[in-house]
Amino acid sequence: MTSPLDQKIRISGPVVVTANRVGDGAVVYRSAGARWSTDLADAAVTSDAAAARDLLKGAIEDDLSAVGAYIAPVKRSEAGRLQPGNLRELIRWRGPTIALPVTPVEQSFVLQG
Amino acid sequence: MYVYDAFDRTLVAERVAEFRDQVARRLSGELTEEEFKPLRLMNGVYLQLHAYMLRIAIPYGTLSSQQLRMLAHIARRYDRGYGHFTTRTNIQYHWIKLEELPAAMADLASVGMHGMQTSGNNVRNITTDQWAGVAPDEIEDPRVWAEVIRQHVTLHPEFSFMPRKFKICVGTSSHDRAALRIHDLALRMHRNDAGELGFEVMVGGGLGRTPYLAKTIKPFLHKRDLLSYVEAVLRTYNQFGRRDNIWKARIKILVHDLGPEAFAKEVEAEWTGIKDGPLALDQAVVDEIAARFIYPDYPQLDDNPPELAEKRRGDRRFAAWLDNSVTNHKLPGYAIVTLSLKPEGGTPGDCTAEQMDAIADLADRYSCGEIRVGHEQNMVLPHVAQRDLPTVWRVLDEIGVAQGNVGLVSDIISCPGLDYCSLANARSIPIAQEITRRFHNIDLQRDLGRLHINISGCINACGHHHVGHIGILGVEKNGEEFYQITLGGKADEGAKLGTLIGPAVPYAQVADVVEDIAAAYLELRERPDELFIDTVNRLGVEPFKERVYATR
Amino acid sequence: MRLVENGRIVEDRYVRLDDDAPIPDRVPIIVSAKRFLAEAATLVRRDGSVGVLWPNDKRVAELEPWLGHLALIALVFPKFKDGRAYSQARLLRETHGYRGMLRATGDILRDQFHFLVRAGFDSFEVKKDADARVFAEVLARYSIYYQDGADGRAPALRRRLSANPVPKARETV
Repeated sequence: MTSPLDQKIRISGPVVVTANRVGDGAVVYRSAGARWSTDLADAAVTSDAAAARDLLKGAIEDDLSAVGAYIAPVKRSEAGRLQPGNLRELIRWRGPTIALPVTPVEQSFVLQG
Repeated sequence: MYVYDAFDRTLVAERVAEFRDQVARRLSGELTEEEFKPLRLMNGVYLQLHAYMLRIAIPYGTLSSQQLRMLAHIARRYDRGYGHFTTRTNIQYHWIKLEELPAAMADLASVGMHGMQTSGNNVRNITTDQWAGVAPDEIEDPRVWAEVIRQHVTLHPEFSFMPRKFKICVGTSSHDRAALRIHDLALRMHRNDAGELGFEVMVGGGLGRTPYLAKTIKPFLHKRDLLSYVEAVLRTYNQFGRRDNIWKARIKILVHDLGPEAFAKEVEAEWTGIKDGPLALDQAVVDEIAARFIYPDYPQLDDNPPELAEKRRGDRRFAAWLDNSVTNHKLPGYAIVTLSLKPEGGTPGDCTAEQMDAIADLADRYSCGEIRVGHEQNMVLPHVAQRDLPTVWRVLDEIGVAQGNVGLVSDIISCPGLDYCSLANARSIPIAQEITRRFHNIDLQRDLGRLHINISGCINACGHHHVGHIGILGVEKNGEEFYQITLGGKADEGAKLGTLIGPAVPYAQVADVVEDIAAAYLELRERPDELFIDTVNRLGVEPFKERVYATR
Repeated sequence: MRLVENGRIVEDRYVRLDDDAPIPDRVPIIVSAKRFLAEAATLVRRDGSVGVLWPNDKRVAELEPWLGHLALIALVFPKFKDGRAYSQARLLRETHGYRGMLRATGDILRDQFHFLVRAGFDSFEVKKDADARVFAEVLARYSIYYQDGADGRAPALRRRLSANPVPKARETV
């Protein structure tokens, strides 16, 4: 498997770096100040390939906090809020698109086909 | 029901302690993720979209009620109240925290369960028929042989870092309910002309990017030689399987590239040197393992007792469930009951902690404390007295696992797909859910008859779509979910790969397509009892293709 | 990297010789497979132990004519996930009866120790100092195996048989 850093980084819009937290596997986003946040709103966003690469490099080196870092597309809502940029990121952000057999507090997010 | 002894328990306990240490070294940073990943994979711990996923082995699909209760406890205490039974008869938990894993694994170890070798490049869970030990058409219990092999390949010093995973299946019945030919190594018990019992050895099956059915490399292997021959196959694979390309690393590629004859020769050369060594199976060793399979003391009972006959006459719903979900046991007076984990609108193979506890209780009272899990993602109570069927049905109905749809169009086999899995390209579960809604009418389902739909969310084919009567494969095109449809696959002794019928269709149309295919079948079948798969085999996919793509 | 033998960190007596380096007197040497095969006849006659570094994609059967003369065979794990050398080790020990020293080199971590020992290795170039230091401790953790191993411990199957008389196989109903 090639490391994300070895792959050519091509971006065509705003991106963030995302990964999973080591302790519990929760989805996290790389924020400014070399930290991780579970809140997408905190994510460092860039549309520049070199900046994305730097962000990714720092994220990968921070192996103790989060694993599997990669670059993911985002978009902005009309109100300027950051939103996931594709279906996979949407699912990571909001959870499965189906009702879980035992649904606790969180809403199940049903996607229109 | 295999009874673990002190040796088995010690082995599991020592490995749990080892994994606890590895987790601690990971959390402290002493191990990097690159170093930790193969280690966690050897214990069935994956990283998925939302969380870690823990896969627990259910050897040859057999569970005690005590073990099933522990699985319920794990779901409640460490996960979100449910588990998922897979197409390899394991269970998966999708919301596990790494920090809590050592505790969860210690709990599982207390009932002899673990995640060893449920992932990683080693020999995975050895599967067999979910009716093993009670099926009328079996020669002998395949689970004894599965256990002989399981012990041998567990933490085997030579075969823990192979080119890729290795899946073994054992079958001893004339009808293949375990999908032998899609395995890396399949062992089919039969009698030779001299009347001796032995195994046909088939190698190189596997689905995924390059699907193959296993080829026979040895028509007859004596029981005594089972372990040495398996060793020779694994050693040949470990040395010569490709390691340069993850998509070419399974043994099916090696068998294909060398050709089955050349591959068989390589194995035979290796085997000749070791067959009379320590791996030659003593009868004593086999007897010892066989003796620890505890069978119930079945009270002698008559077939079709009055309680059953009366209930069948008086209750249409019960009668329909009986016809669909209950099959003959090898003993008169007993029955094998299949529990459907495919409710309308549900996720195929999911089971809540409450359901697991209720099924465990039922198993204690009516199935000698034993439950089975099949690759079709349903459960089985293997030892039910026919006279208890009315009571058992009532409780199963309350639990929600008496749909009466076993083997029917809504009994869908599906991988978790993009809702959970980081390998997926597309979602599979909502596709399954919508299909079950379209075929809500149980009378329509019965009219359609046996119809296996298999759905995979990516080319890795964990939903076994290649061998579905209808196979559905999720792909991604320009950021959208599309689905390729195949027809005519079979997983049993007539194993066949399905045929693609045309261009992939978008997410919103898949259920429509399945309805069109079903409607076409109803028009094209020769008689009402010609099975869907037989109609497809008779006519080919053309008429179905025309119907599906007429307006698309 | 630390060399571990007999459960302890030790100094390496062996010198790794480049293909074009002159052969020293009496010093134990390890040469490449290429050099060994080209110069085997001379090398095995020298005064001093000879070892060979054998790649993991070459059949060990090629060494058969010289096994009695090789004091050491070093096998390679380029990445620890690449387990071909386990098969090579077992073939050398069990099929070819090799009695000399079998060294594991390459990407060796503590989590492979027990697999390596049981495959027949008795010399270990361990990647991390911390792992080398706990070699003996790590091995002591495992008391039960299902299989026969080169470490001589009886596998569980046989230990059971000696511990309990075998119950009569029950008739399946």
